[in-house]
Amino acid sequence: MEVTVAEKKDERTEVVGFAGLHERIADLNERVQQLETRLTQIEKELPEDRVSIVVFSGDLDKVLPAFIIGTGAAAMGMKVSLFFTFWGLSALKKRRDLSGKGFLEKMFALMTPTGTEGLGVSKMNFFGIGARLLRTMMKRKEVASLEELAQMARDMGVRIIACQMSMDVLGVQKDELWDDVEVGGVAAFLADATKSKVTLFI
Amino acid sequence: MSLPFDKELDVKGAKCPLPVIKARQAVDQLAVGQVLRVLATDPGSVSDFQGWAKVAKNIELVGQETETVNGQSVYVHYVKRTQ
Repeated sequence: MEVTVAEKKDERTEVVGFAGLHERIADLNERVQQLETRLTQIEKELPEDRVSIVVFSGDLDKVLPAFIIGTGAAAMGMKVSLFFTFWGLSALKKRRDLSGKGFLEKMFALMTPTGTEGLGVSKMNFFGIGARLLRTMMKRKEVASLEELAQMARDMGVRIIACQMSMDVLGVQKDELWDDVEVGGVAAFLADATKSKVTLFI
Repeated sequence: MSLPFDKELDVKGAKCPLPVIKARQAVDQLAVGQVLRVLATDPGSVSDFQGWAKVAKNIELVGQETETVNGQSVYVHYVKRTQ
């Protein structure tokens, strides 16, 4: 027993020595560095103040909330990504271009709306009358129109991504869409979605 | 009751999400420490401004009050730019 006590005492006195101190400092330095690397790793994995929304629908009453949430979040200082896929692509169209399209693609282009103005409502559309009535009601209540919201979203730097795969399937050309639209795939969406605190599918 | 403010924004009649969007644009024009007074008629703006203040890092909601002007409720929000 006495022997162990003596050994411990020796260890302590050694630590006070210069060589021991240097060793301790080097050891601590290394640990701090390890912690710092770990911290940056963890910081990279933390979500940002970002909202990511998949806009799958091409209905006025569904694209509208996507832009309301998008512009609202952007106004609150959050970053926003809107990923338009399938029917949602219709909302991003600035014109219809049938050249270079196959028969089925032409049919699709003719039967889907060109731009936000052409969107119908998901229920009681009655060949576009429903959508017009909804727009009138919104105007009367002084609610911002879809076009105004979309413009605000673009002005506030909302990231708008068109799904490349849906574009290929439906035969939608990049120059049929708004100029500031980015084109991306599932990884582009997921890269933003994994960094988001809010993700929605509309 | 009225709090001191540097600039005023009238968004009476505007509906969600316009009050917050317009206020945000107006706050961007303020200097740090200045206060924006927002007049809105949208009842939802009360909780919207609280939510905005909770999320945003560059503003603080210094106060909220309701006034009645010509029989109409006006929701007043005081937003301070902190960054």
